[in-house]
Amino acid sequence: MDLARTARTEALRAEARAWLRDHVPARPLPSLETGEGFAAHREWEALLHTGRWSAVSWPKEYGGRGADLFGWLAFEEEYWAAGAPGRVSQNGISLLAPTLLAHGTAEQRARVLPSMASGEVIWAQAWSEPEAGSDLAALRSRAVRAEGGWLLSGQKTWSSRAAFADRAFGVFRTDPGAAKPHHGLTYLMFGLRAEGVTVRPIRRLDGKPAFAEIFLDEVFVPDEDVIGEPGQGWRIAMSATGDERGLTLRSPGRFLAAAGRLAELWREAGDPADTALRDRVADAVIGARAYQLFTAASASRFAAGASLGPESSLNKVFWSHYDIALHETALDLLGPDAEAADGAWAQGYVFALAGPIYAGTNEIQRDIIAERLLGLPKGRR
Amino acid sequence: MRFLLDDEQREFGRSLDAMLTAAGTPSVLRAWAAGDHGPGRVLWGRLADAGVFALAVPEAYGGLGPLPVELAVACVELGRHAVPGPVAETLAAGVLLGGAGGAVAEEWLPGIASGTAVVSLVLDGHGPYALDADAADAVFTVTGDELRLAPGPGELSASADPARRRFRPPAGGEVMAAGPRVGESARAAADRATFATAALALGCGEELLRATVAYVKQRTQFGVPVGSFQAVKHRLADTLLGLEFARPLLYGAAVELAGRSPGAGAAVAAAKVTAGEAGYAAARTALQSHGAVGYTQELDLAWWLRRARPLRDAWGTPSACRARVLAG
Ligand SMILES: Cc1cc2nc3c(=O)[nH]c(=O)nc-3n(C[C@H](O)[C@H](O)[C@H](O)COP(=O)(O)OP(=O)(O)OC[C@H]3O[C@@H](n4cnc5c(N)ncnc54)[C@H](O)[C@@H]3O)c2cc1C
Repeated sequence: MDLARTARTEALRAEARAWLRDHVPARPLPSLETGEGFAAHREWEALLHTGRWSAVSWPKEYGGRGADLFGWLAFEEEYWAAGAPGRVSQNGISLLAPTLLAHGTAEQRARVLPSMASGEVIWAQAWSEPEAGSDLAALRSRAVRAEGGWLLSGQKTWSSRAAFADRAFGVFRTDPGAAKPHHGLTYLMFGLRAEGVTVRPIRRLDGKPAFAEIFLDEVFVPDEDVIGEPGQGWRIAMSATGDERGLTLRSPGRFLAAAGRLAELWREAGDPADTALRDRVADAVIGARAYQLFTAASASRFAAGASLGPESSLNKVFWSHYDIALHETALDLLGPDAEAADGAWAQGYVFALAGPIYAGTNEIQRDIIAERLLGLPKGRR
Repeated sequence: MRFLLDDEQREFGRSLDAMLTAAGTPSVLRAWAAGDHGPGRVLWGRLADAGVFALAVPEAYGGLGPLPVELAVACVELGRHAVPGPVAETLAAGVLLGGAGGAVAEEWLPGIASGTAVVSLVLDGHGPYALDADAADAVFTVTGDELRLAPGPGELSASADPARRRFRPPAGGEVMAAGPRVGESARAAADRATFATAALALGCGEELLRATVAYVKQRTQFGVPVGSFQAVKHRLADTLLGLEFARPLLYGAAVELAGRSPGAGAAVAAAKVTAGEAGYAAARTALQSHGAVGYTQELDLAWWLRRARPLRDAWGTPSACRARVLAG
């Protein structure tokens, strides 16, 4: 067992650090949950792409660097340490791209990935529906066979930044007569400005239009935009949530950087006599390191050929819980200014609050941990 | 011993609850957040008619106070309905001005009792912000032993709760009273604000729990109400536990305040940290149990969700309150 870094990883790290030093905007961009901020972040994606940094783990032919997970982790550490902007292409890069790499056709990869890497096309995830949140398999939006493709009808919701994004990917019911709810589903890509699509922004707690409802009325999708086999949508969608997303949705680098900033805030503003608060700052520093090492072990197993599956639920519960605790600690350090809505910590706090809800709620993740990792009997769900 | 509200006190709470339910605070909150204080002032007038603000004003100045138990009953209801405005501040001003006495007391206290005067405060050791200073008829500041009338509301600082509008009044202003009695009254006033805020936080938490229990009964996933899942049930049960153990501390502090007990400050602090944390925990539970819709402004719930944490911190952070408990 060792934590030695390969020369290849360290070369990538050094190159990333140098590039980021020269390119990260001096002033933070406006929030990516607003129209103005979304546009600014799209430009940043384009700039990242010119340095071939937008999707380091993809194959070179699509705009990546063919980096392995260790390279990606090193890049992420540098990225967040440099104070670089949030990733507006995140859902496409961490969810759709791995799905296409595993289940898409060569034609789809060649068509979709390069414009995703450059930020030219930004993708929204359209999975959830009003009646299908935790129980995703209860989804009702339909895709009906048409000449040369499919007609989508129904309603998706909570689609992050769909009000500003260009295209979306989602799961649709193609065989309403299938024996089980998660059978007869098909994974499809569609344009958010296509005929028959209506997008209504939804304001999150702080008023920013961070997600949206998508109404679909016989929206035509050509066959070339079906991912994998029709009817296999559930299996395809789930494959990306388990292996890739658990590991790549929130990288340790993000939390290492945040814990570093918190420790700095403590040194500036902390009262040494307040040992309870000091302990929480220390816990944030320790937690970031734990997450970094936990992820290093997962990545090592993955590199050795293991699949991660339900283990990713441990990641999800850990980081979402951690992120809130870290931001709460920062707010407590700010004293009377904690209530101010416009500070970086306050905005980070609002963002962190949703962590235990999206990407599968923590209640659902704990069920997965208990049932699939601990082997406990399945509940009545 | 009879550590229970009497019939009259319970009826007072019920009547405020009924009145505020009928008034419907969410539309008042929306207006308030947009800087339109009209509907809020009307509501304050009705609360004054019900006797709420008179509870904090000494009898000598046209009030009924101090009646801390009734004050707690009222503030729990105001918290339950998320009534906008500087409630804790105006109530604490009753103590501040009553203690300072003189012309400033004569000028302002009758108006506070009758609801025509809305007051905000900045007191030593409680940060530079005056809540809803733009809606207030007066903003008083105390530094050391000097009580001043702030020259204006100052600059707005956006709060996580859009219906809490915090301002930073400029320094200076006319000196209204000075001397050791001012400093002493200011400390008592801060305790009263802490006490009122504890009650507001408890009421806020109770409403969050009520709304969430109602939601998880009707929201179905996997073919059953999500409230039937043990993970959801247990979290809601824990939320109730937190609130139920804050309530006796609040009323215990009320009794100590009423008896002018030397331990009242520590009792108030204990109530505040417990109610503040329980209210905030209720907000976290409410958000999680609602899922994504809880994270939006689509439900009125958002007004309570965004208020719980500021109430936890206002007029005594948990850490400051804990220190006060040990300091006695
Ligand atoms: C900020 C944010 C961004 C999002 N972005 C997207 C996006 O881009 N695309 C997309 O498709 N979706 C997105 N979502 C939606 C997200 O995936 C859902 O919110 C999530 O799946 C939960 O569904 P729900 O909100 O309907 O809650 P519900 O499923 O109604 O759950 C309500 C509560 O019940 C609990 N519960 C439900 N079932 C069980 C059970 N079996 N056992 C125990 N507890 C249970 C839940 O944990 C939760 O606490 C986003 C959500 C948020 C908050």
